[in-house]
Amino acid sequence: MKNMMKIILVLSFLWSFPAYAIDVMEVVKNANHVSYYKGSDGRAKVNMSIFDDQGRERSREFVILRKDDEQMDDAVQKFFVYFNKPADVKKMVFMVVKNMDRDDDRWLYLPALDLVKRIAASDERTSFVGSNFYYEDVSGRGIEEDTHELVEENDTYYIVKSTPKNKAAVEFSTYKNWIHKATFLPIKTEYYDDQGQKIRSYTALKVEVISGHPTVTSSSMEDHKTGGKTVMSYSDVKYDIGLPDDIFTERYLRKAPREYLR
Amino acid sequence: MFSYGQEIELPKGLENLSPMVTSSTEDEGLPFDLSGSLDARIGARLQNDAHEKDMSVGEIRFQLGVEKEFDHVTFNLVSDFIYDPVEDHYAVDLEKGMGFVDIREANMTFSPLDFMDMKVGRQVLTWGTGDLIFINDLFPKDWNSFFIGRDDEYLKSPSDAIKTAFFISDYSLDVIYIPRFDADRFIDGRRISFFDRMTGGLRGREAPVISHRPDQWFTDDELALRLYHSFGAFETAVYYYDGYWKSPAGQNIVTGQAEFPRLRTYGASVRGPVGQGIGAVEIGYYKSANGAATNPLVRNDEFRLLLSYEQEIANELTASVQYYLERKLDYDSYLASLPPQAIQDKQNRHLFTLRLTKLLMQQNLRLTLFNFYSPSDKDGYLRLKASYKIRDNLKIEAGANIFYGQKIYSFFGQFKDNSNIFTALHYEF
Repeated sequence: MKNMMKIILVLSFLWSFPAYAIDVMEVVKNANHVSYYKGSDGRAKVNMSIFDDQGRERSREFVILRKDDEQMDDAVQKFFVYFNKPADVKKMVFMVVKNMDRDDDRWLYLPALDLVKRIAASDERTSFVGSNFYYEDVSGRGIEEDTHELVEENDTYYIVKSTPKNKAAVEFSTYKNWIHKATFLPIKTEYYDDQGQKIRSYTALKVEVISGHPTVTSSSMEDHKTGGKTVMSYSDVKYDIGLPDDIFTERYLRKAPREYLR
Repeated sequence: MFSYGQEIELPKGLENLSPMVTSSTEDEGLPFDLSGSLDARIGARLQNDAHEKDMSVGEIRFQLGVEKEFDHVTFNLVSDFIYDPVEDHYAVDLEKGMGFVDIREANMTFSPLDFMDMKVGRQVLTWGTGDLIFINDLFPKDWNSFFIGRDDEYLKSPSDAIKTAFFISDYSLDVIYIPRFDADRFIDGRRISFFDRMTGGLRGREAPVISHRPDQWFTDDELALRLYHSFGAFETAVYYYDGYWKSPAGQNIVTGQAEFPRLRTYGASVRGPVGQGIGAVEIGYYKSANGAATNPLVRNDEFRLLLSYEQEIANELTASVQYYLERKLDYDSYLASLPPQAIQDKQNRHLFTLRLTKLLMQQNLRLTLFNFYSPSDKDGYLRLKASYKIRDNLKIEAGANIFYGQKIYSFFGQFKDNSNIFTALHYEF
């Protein structure tokens, strides 16, 4: 009887939340899918312009190949990142297998030494190639790592507030995501510290439709603490190109798969 | 706390979703791919070395790389042009890497069958799990470059080889044939002084080592094999090598010349995720020339073991530790064969290494510490380096190579007088 009362109490609380037409997990899942899992594979040429607080610019240029595991939807993915610029990393390859149940596997190929190096999966929230984007921004943050709350909904956006389950693993306290209703693309993401100060923000700058998939082809990440900013642009984006599985093996680390990198 | 009502501007293109406009801007550049670098490097010994110049390095190195792709084959040429007043030797010897030209790569890559890749010509080869320690990687090293503070890539010197790689289901096999023996660019006294056990003293540029290297095409050849396979996230490999000790490991009793005795090795390795990091184990059995056990002038058979672990321990800070063992397998015979009063090596050489790498200033500043320490030899070698990228293509660096030890004849202790600091400016295009 006591238990029954508890259940009724809990249910009545749930009932009292604003009744949105869509479940927040549905929104988050869709946003994750359209951001990181379009098609069964893909490739893009990426240009990064990294600006420091003085406006000094550094740039990166690489081709990224991606293939999703067919066993499970929106789960394991493989990435092959082939660098063109700057000159000191030219022909270098960074390969990642994104795992769901454990740390990612990462490799680095250094062409001058012909060395295939296994690298310890670093903190996901460290800079990717010296830019203001983190590894996690490029490959996606597990949707189970946060609790999500739909805080507002208007004609254009679902506004979702996410709070990390493991606060010690991240540098922010919460983040808020403006998810475009029609496409589920995150258009803006703001990260806040414990005081509610905005510390970092992501902005989608340009969207194009590629093979039927609305795709963010230009975006920026700003660090409000350091004043740094990175603009990332995608070109030559293609989906469902039929990447063979073995691209993501030592064979192609040592011998770049040129037909997919041009 | 949050201003939910804030106006969010729609990104370009989202209001009226439109297909991507494919730009047809083809790169109208050179008909081949060109890259290169210019490196000016200067360094000095921290103490007087009676056997060497005070300057440990002083050179300007221009590297040019040209790559040309055709439908089924890619040609690659990378060559260094060097002005080096410290060495002051400009006659070119492409095998020994001496003189003003050093060709690092000159090869062609192609796939004759879809399960087969080939690379033919001069190339840099690397395999194995060690970090600056090599058990089953018996491709040539340049220890002089390593000790005087050239860029890490120069630790590997090129091989003139035919590499054939087979990929059959999930197994891969590398077959590397080197038709004429390629030795290490070993410590011979020209750049780095060392302890000579024959004379019982240090020796340097006044009397560089004269070696007799096996140099007959197709008879003094080398064969290196690696079969590898992944079990989940764990990479395993077995290795075989048939050739010669890469640095002198013997001496001709008649001529006194340093020799490269025969060597065959068998090994295995496994590498994969362990805890929060990457762990690896590698072993090797070194079968030296026949009669090595009882010949004090030829290096003994050995067992070698390497355990390694790497982990990120703080933001942009990575640590790695290694334990390495070199064990003489015919120790009693070795002891019995030594002349009286000769220096006796211990049966086991234990070596620990520690690497710390810290990235700062948006990864533009990299600080590296690498220390070798041997509790059995009571000696070690500390490598320090700081490099800062002033711009994307311009880097300045400074570092130190510090050798220490109690005995003048131990592995690292003998190099004490070569401890040096260096600085360099490096431009790439």
